Amino acid sequence: MKLDPRRYDEMIGRASPPSPVVRDCAWAFCVGGAICTLGEGLRQLFLIWYDKTLAGTLTSIALIFLAALCTLPGWYQKLAAKAGAGTLVPITGFANSVVSPAIEFKAEGWITGVGAKIFGIAGPVIAYGTLASFVWGVLYWLLGKVG
Amino acid sequence: MRRGDTLLFEQPPVVGAWAAAGGKKESEGPLASAFDFLTQDAGFAEQGCENWEQAESLLQRRAVELCLRKADIPRSKVDIAFAGDLQAQCTASNYTMRELGIPFAGVYGACSTMAETLALAAVFAATGMAERVLALTSSHFCAAERQFRTPLEYGAKRTPTAQWTATAAGACLVRAHGIGVPVRSVTFGRVQDYAVHDINNMGAAMMPAAASTLLHYFAASGTSPKDFDAIFTGDLGEVGTALLREQMAQEGLPLDNHKDCGCLLYDTAGQNVQAGGSGAGCSAAVLCCKILPMLAAGQLRRVLFVATGALMSQTTFLQGESIPGIAHCVELGGAQ
Repeated sequence: MKLDPRRYDEMIGRASPPSPVVRDCAWAFCVGGAICTLGEGLRQLFLIWYDKTLAGTLTSIALIFLAALCTLPGWYQKLAAKAGAGTLVPITGFANSVVSPAIEFKAEGWITGVGAKIFGIAGPVIAYGTLASFVWGVLYWLLGKVG
Repeated sequence: MRRGDTLLFEQPPVVGAWAAAGGKKESEGPLASAFDFLTQDAGFAEQGCENWEQAESLLQRRAVELCLRKADIPRSKVDIAFAGDLQAQCTASNYTMRELGIPFAGVYGACSTMAETLALAAVFAATGMAERVLALTSSHFCAAERQFRTPLEYGAKRTPTAQWTATAAGACLVRAHGIGVPVRSVTFGRVQDYAVHDINNMGAAMMPAAASTLLHYFAASGTSPKDFDAIFTGDLGEVGTALLREQMAQEGLPLDNHKDCGCLLYDTAGQNVQAGGSGAGCSAAVLCCKILPMLAAGQLRRVLFVATGALMSQTTFLQGESIPGIAHCVELGGAQ
C-alpha cells in the first residue's frame, strides 16, 4: 500500500473538519456567562437575609443542587453538547461530573458501582487540586519566612 | 479455493434470510422503513431490562427471532451461530445465546464483526461443516458510551470527526444450499496500524485496513472496482470515506461506486451524529436493511461488503497505544 504514517497524518489533517472554534466560543461565553449571572442573582438574593460569606456558600450550594437536578433528566448533557467549556468550567460542571457517573453506574451496585465510580471523572480534579493547594501552602509558608 | 487472502467458493452458500432491529435514532434515519423491528425505548424497561447490557442482548435476540421466522425454521435447526458485539467479553452475544441454546462461537471484530461472522458462516456452510449458520452482531449506543467514553448524562462536546454508535442488531442465516443471496468469496483482513491515536477519529484509524483488504481482494480475484455495482464499507464515516477514496485513487483503483454504511444509516447532516454512524450494529443494519434486500430484488447484482473495525480497548488507548484497524470483505451476489 502506498501509504506511510507521516503522509497519512497529513492526509487526516486535510480530511478532518476542524471544530467550529468561533461558534463554540460564542456558546461557551454566553452559557458560561449566563450560569455565572444566575449565580450572582442568587447571591444578591441570599444577601437580603445573610452575610457575605454565608450568601457565597449558599450560592455554590444552590448552583450545585440545580446542576445535579438538571443532570437527572439529561438536560445538562444536552446543554453541554452545545456549550462545551461554558458548562464544564463553572461549579455546575463539577456537579454534573459527579452526578452522571452515580446515575450511570447504579446498575453495578451502591458500593462497587456508585461508590467506586462516583469520582471517576471528578477524582483527578480533587487529587491534583489538593496537591496544588499543598504546594501553594508550602510556597506561601516559605515566602512568609523570607519576607 | 484459496487465492491470496481470498477464499473463493465453487458452490457458493447463500444468505437465505436476514433481519435488523434498531432503536430510536435509527427509527428517525433514512433506512427506518426497512428495519424489521424498531423500538422507541432502547432500554426495554417494559420488558424488564434493568441495564443497557441486558437491553442490547434483547435487541440482538429480536433480530435473531425475526431472522429465523423469516427463514421459517426453528432455532433447533441452526447448526452453529457466530456472534459478537462491542461489550467487554462479548456479553451481549453470550447472554443472547444463553437464551437460544444454539451451538455458539463468539467473535470479536469490533465494528467489523458483521463481515467477520458472515465470512465464517459462509466458510462453514461452503465446506459442508454446517447446513444452516447464523451470523449476527449488535451494538448499543448507551452500553458502548459507558464502556468506551463517559457516562450518558455527562456533559461533553463531541468533535466533528467523532462517530455515533448505532443502537442496532443484524442477523443473517447462511445456508449451504437453497434460495438467497450468494456469498461468492470472503477475504479476512490483516491488521493495519498507521499510528492514529485519536479515539474521536475512528474512520481515519480504520481506513488503511479497508484499503488493504480491498487491494488484497482485487489482486487475488483479478477484478477492479468497476466490476461491482457498489462497494460498501462500514463504518468509516465521512472522514474515513474521503480518506479511502483518496487512497484508492492513489493506488490506481478509484472507487466511483463506493458507499459507507456509517453515512447511510443516519442523515449525517440532520441527525447530529457528527461524521456518521459506527458500532458493530451499524454495518449489520445497513447490510440487512439495504444491501441484502437490494441484491435479492435485483437492484444490485454484485457488491463487496467490507466492514471495518478498530481493535483498541479503553486500556490500550489510555496507555498511549495507537489504534489498529481490521477489515473483512464479503463478496455478495453475482450470476448464479
